Amino acid sequence: MPESPLTVLIAEDGAADRLLLARIVSRQGHAVLTAENGEQAVALFAERRPHLVLLDALMPVMDGFEAARRIKTLAGEALVPIIFLTSLSEEEALVRCLEAGGDDFLAKPYNAVILAAKIKAMDRLRRLQATVLEQRDQIARHHHHLLNEQRVAKAVFDKVAHAGCLSAANIRYLQSPYALFNGDLLLAAFAPSGDMHVLLGDFTGHGLPAAVGAMPMAEVFYGMTAKGYGLAQILREMNAKLKRILPVDMFCCAVLLSLSFQRQVVEVWNGGMPDGYLLPVEGGEPLALVSRHLPLGVLAPERFDDSTQVLPMALGQRLLLLSDGVVDTSDEHDQLFGVDRLLRVLADNRQPPLLFEEVLGALEAFRGRSRDDVSLLEIRMVDADELTPAPVMYSDSGQCAPPDWSLQFEFRAETLKRFNPLPYLLQLLQEIHGLRGQSGALHSVLNELYSNALEHGVLGLDSGLKQDVQGFAEYYRQRNERLQALSEGYIRIGLKIEPQGSGGRLTIEVQDSGKGFNASKVLARPLAEQGLCGRGLNLIRRLSRHAEWADDGRRACVEFAWQALA
Amino acid sequence: MAVETVVSQDGKKLTIKVKGRFDFGKHQEFREAYERKASRPDYVVVDLKEATYLDSSALGMLLMLRDHVGGDDSEVRVVNTSSDVRKILAISNFDKLFDIS
Repeated sequence: MPESPLTVLIAEDGAADRLLLARIVSRQGHAVLTAENGEQAVALFAERRPHLVLLDALMPVMDGFEAARRIKTLAGEALVPIIFLTSLSEEEALVRCLEAGGDDFLAKPYNAVILAAKIKAMDRLRRLQATVLEQRDQIARHHHHLLNEQRVAKAVFDKVAHAGCLSAANIRYLQSPYALFNGDLLLAAFAPSGDMHVLLGDFTGHGLPAAVGAMPMAEVFYGMTAKGYGLAQILREMNAKLKRILPVDMFCCAVLLSLSFQRQVVEVWNGGMPDGYLLPVEGGEPLALVSRHLPLGVLAPERFDDSTQVLPMALGQRLLLLSDGVVDTSDEHDQLFGVDRLLRVLADNRQPPLLFEEVLGALEAFRGRSRDDVSLLEIRMVDADELTPAPVMYSDSGQCAPPDWSLQFEFRAETLKRFNPLPYLLQLLQEIHGLRGQSGALHSVLNELYSNALEHGVLGLDSGLKQDVQGFAEYYRQRNERLQALSEGYIRIGLKIEPQGSGGRLTIEVQDSGKGFNASKVLARPLAEQGLCGRGLNLIRRLSRHAEWADDGRRACVEFAWQALA
Repeated sequence: MAVETVVSQDGKKLTIKVKGRFDFGKHQEFREAYERKASRPDYVVVDLKEATYLDSSALGMLLMLRDHVGGDDSEVRVVNTSSDVRKILAISNFDKLFDIS
């Protein structure tokens, strides 16, 4: 008995031969169907679907060649081996058998042993084909399933990650539809102060692992940006989180930006991404934003370096960020597209709106085809009034705002070194519903007051340094140096909330331990000579109801007011 | 073999040579190059003389190696790097973790 019996169709017009064959085959344990001509054979095949067919070549009504063709068509992708029974011996006839779809021959007179061996061999082939087909279908099903999962995951991720402001008027970006599964991540959001935070990230690895890592990144980015945290704190949190959750060999290269439209500066942190570029308005050399840090998720929190670079960015200047899909594109000889070719494209660009197309065109020309993991992002410095930050969503429904309180903080040297109290104070002030309409102004003013007190007061830095790119770099170098060395000094912040008529009033007092400055003198100068210091003071005056400096400039006193809500 | 290992006679130095493209395809071989060693070497040298290309998963593999031989207390040298490879290592600032030459 064979291991598993088959159903074998025997088509033979000679009754004696048919009987003989049927006996041989059934003795071997198989079930037998018989037909007297090709037409009967095809009909029986269609009805009973036997596993294997023994087919006489020459038969009345329909010969074996035609029957073989029809049976093969009916069988479709499954292999139904056909063994031709033939007394033909001319080569040409044998070739015709094969061409008609035959898999083997059996010459008359029939030999039981050879027939058994042939049936066995054909059965092996048949099973192999069945396995291949089954596995192919399984792979196709898995693939379909995977694509569907990716589609759903992307829809979920888009809800989490694209809640941001990528659609803002000053942003242009290009990202392949499945970039998420290439590990590319693009996030942008307005901070309460009206500043814009932008992240372009690139996870090691591809597919689901990369997408999974992107979720907590997006949550930290949006959550902390909305609460008014600065880049340094956001970076620390992201790094610590990724370090904790990712396996050792996974990390995320990222470049983070904070653009201040009020102050026209950009703060940059680049860990492992290709150079970004600050493009001049009218030709000239682009300024590279070079990676100075290890990627996120590599270093333990205590070794992480959150130091950023601050650059002046004039109205109309543009920043270009790109993923490694651009410079790492290689041609068939493993030659990289590289930075030089990219710089040439940037230099040759005449019409800014065509820059992306020109970069992609150059990549295509270099490689002969396009890649699906290229991300490009361009951000323009615009006037703050040109942008309308999305309204902040508040989670409470109101009515419980405390109307009358005050509080005082004093932050001393050790705290000033590594802690930014502003997000906490701002959270607190969010509780006052009447102030929510001015929360952008409030954030900007508090930021300005705090950095004035810290940088010019406690650290004694000279804002006159900030004349150009080198000056900015020097200023922030000194800022870091002095902050790290700080051993004494303080900043006191007082907040006072009082009811006033049907509305209320907020008084902010910020006092520092510095040498002070002559506020009225700075403000009396014409705008052009006031420099950045004056710009900060003017910003405070413009955004608040009232602002004054006392105690030789060591104490700032700023007021906001609101009317009862309708 | 695209990944070869040599242990110095005193057993203190493990050299791993990577040939051709150093990418995810070498993952298994590269791991085996250091995981199967009976004793932990004092320091590891990754020789990239014959490596033509290095991608971000190779950076991940280097981090795994570093972690395996002691993390912050480890000594891993990456030697014979071509200028292309050095550029990639420089962008990621891996010179802060590895001794690269």
